[in-house]
Amino acid sequence: MDTVVGVLNYLVFFSITAGIYAVLTLGLNIQWGYTGLFNIGVAGFYAIGAYTSALLAGPPPGTLDWRVFGGWMLPFPVGLLGSALVSAILALFIGWITIRLREDYLAIATIGIAEVLRLIIKNEAWLTNGVWGIKNIPSPLFPTIQRGVAGFLSAHPGLPDWARRLLEGTYNWFYLALVLAFLLVLYWLLERILRSPWGRVLRAIREDEVAAAAQGKNVAAFKLQAFVLGAALMGMAGSLYAHYARFLSVEKFEPFYGTFIVWVMLVAGGSGNNKGAILGAFLIWGLWAATDFLTGYLPFTDVQASALRIVLVGLILIAILILRPRGLLGEEKFVSRMLR
Amino acid sequence: MWERLPQLVAYGLVSGSVITLGAIGLSLTYSILKFANFAHGDLMTTGAYIACGFLLLFRFLGVLGGRFGKLSFGPAMIPAFLLALAGTAILAILIDRLVYRRLRRARPVMRLMASVGVAFVLRNVILFSAGADPYYYSRKIQRAIYILGVKLKADQLFIIGLAAVLVVFLHLFLSYTKVGKAMRAMADNPELAQVTGINTERIIAWTWGIGAALAAAGGILAGIENKLITPELGWQALLPLFAAVILGGIGSPYGAMAGGMLIGMAEEVSTAFVSTAYKPAIAFGILVLMLILRPQGLFGRR
Repeated sequence: MDTVVGVLNYLVFFSITAGIYAVLTLGLNIQWGYTGLFNIGVAGFYAIGAYTSALLAGPPPGTLDWRVFGGWMLPFPVGLLGSALVSAILALFIGWITIRLREDYLAIATIGIAEVLRLIIKNEAWLTNGVWGIKNIPSPLFPTIQRGVAGFLSAHPGLPDWARRLLEGTYNWFYLALVLAFLLVLYWLLERILRSPWGRVLRAIREDEVAAAAQGKNVAAFKLQAFVLGAALMGMAGSLYAHYARFLSVEKFEPFYGTFIVWVMLVAGGSGNNKGAILGAFLIWGLWAATDFLTGYLPFTDVQASALRIVLVGLILIAILILRPRGLLGEEKFVSRMLR
Repeated sequence: MWERLPQLVAYGLVSGSVITLGAIGLSLTYSILKFANFAHGDLMTTGAYIACGFLLLFRFLGVLGGRFGKLSFGPAMIPAFLLALAGTAILAILIDRLVYRRLRRARPVMRLMASVGVAFVLRNVILFSAGADPYYYSRKIQRAIYILGVKLKADQLFIIGLAAVLVVFLHLFLSYTKVGKAMRAMADNPELAQVTGINTERIIAWTWGIGAALAAAGGILAGIENKLITPELGWQALLPLFAAVILGGIGSPYGAMAGGMLIGMAEEVSTAFVSTAYKPAIAFGILVLMLILRPQGLFGRR
């Protein structure tokens, strides 16, 4: 019974992270899958969302803290919306500069902004507490749920050990429900938006910009809207992460964890397909977790083991691009009901 | 603050030389293969590590010891340097055969995406085999020499000199050899080049070879300048490289040279005003300004 509880608790932990990655992947899917915008600075929007949320809904600077600003302990939804807003503003700025230019310029600009943000997070301790990171970010409803569980446990002292351990993990179940509910609402909204005339224009732009422009569509405006919307989702993913991890530091937003693996998830699941994006996030994160177990049995140092796993993920991306560029599910067909 | 300017410009020449070597290769592959190669920085790292491996091997065998005058390295560097250039060139051609060749007909952005994958694979293969700790090219403290009121180390003079020699060689190669001319033709118009009987696959292999060899040279010079190398070397160089290429105009090797020098100087001179931690941000700032004001670059054509 103990192992079952252990596995269950791990699965909850795993699914929360994969769910947050799914939000990131959905954001990237709007940009790349539907509009063809090459953003390899996902980590930047993810990071700015996380730090905005920590600033708005995080704890005030503590005693051993370099921050002089922020930590207003506002409610979690304020943090979530704030992170979407700030991330969107950043995207508006980058998009305004690069969206009219060639697609590779957007790639360079986004990777650049992600790197510069990382430098700022590392060096501007007054704002982000630098390399020491921000601790004790509150999780929504955490005290209430913990108090409830503690009350229940003390009222039922006869419970077996495994049941106690299961109940002690209640908060993670709650957060998982929160993330999954968010994901579900997001999926439903995106499916509606992307099937609307607006979404149709995005796909038209992706397929042939000139043709879309010839139809009288303002290509740059539509691209900018898609870029900003995707970035706002990435920002919200950052907020969801911050309030779950309760601790932020710059390493979490390195190019691999923040950007590259998100790309592999989307490409593996199938860009242009929201179900594929979610599937890819769970699948690749599952693979990442499984390789963590496997490399544990190999005689490598931690650095070597993680390097080996990254090599594997890189090879998977290259193999998919060559062998099955449409990913597992491929793009969803949007045809008129009359033609089906 | 201003009295330090000549000194900072001199340092800018040194880092500009390293950036230039990387940027020229990036610009070449960019213009001939039509995609931004995000693995180019990691080719620099690869070159730096291969050279380091041979230096360690020669030291272990006890051959080619000693040092050249006031330089921090000796005869061992010559074969190590050449072998690293050759090794990196062969690796790049091999990667092209295995990966990019299969994506020739795909949209360019697919090759860009694949190159991001290649970048992570290369960097982590290096990390796996060499570890995260830095490797030292040399641990000796060097004395500076004074020239025209600025102080530079012998190594730094060597870096500027070698970069200049390589750039001149490349210029002669592109201008006067058949392969060089074919490369320029392909950059201008690949279909037309093929129609005139140019073997495009062969030219692509040459492009990768030359670009990667120059990148390796840049990586080794960066190692000599910094004394140490880490697997992150190329990644950290990526923003300055792209800034240099875009500043100079994509596809123009001479533009990449000018861009590399300008970015190197801007980065060094900026240290008089902002924290050195923000050096890469300076390169990025220039890149963004360039994209707003003149996206075709200083010397590029629309």
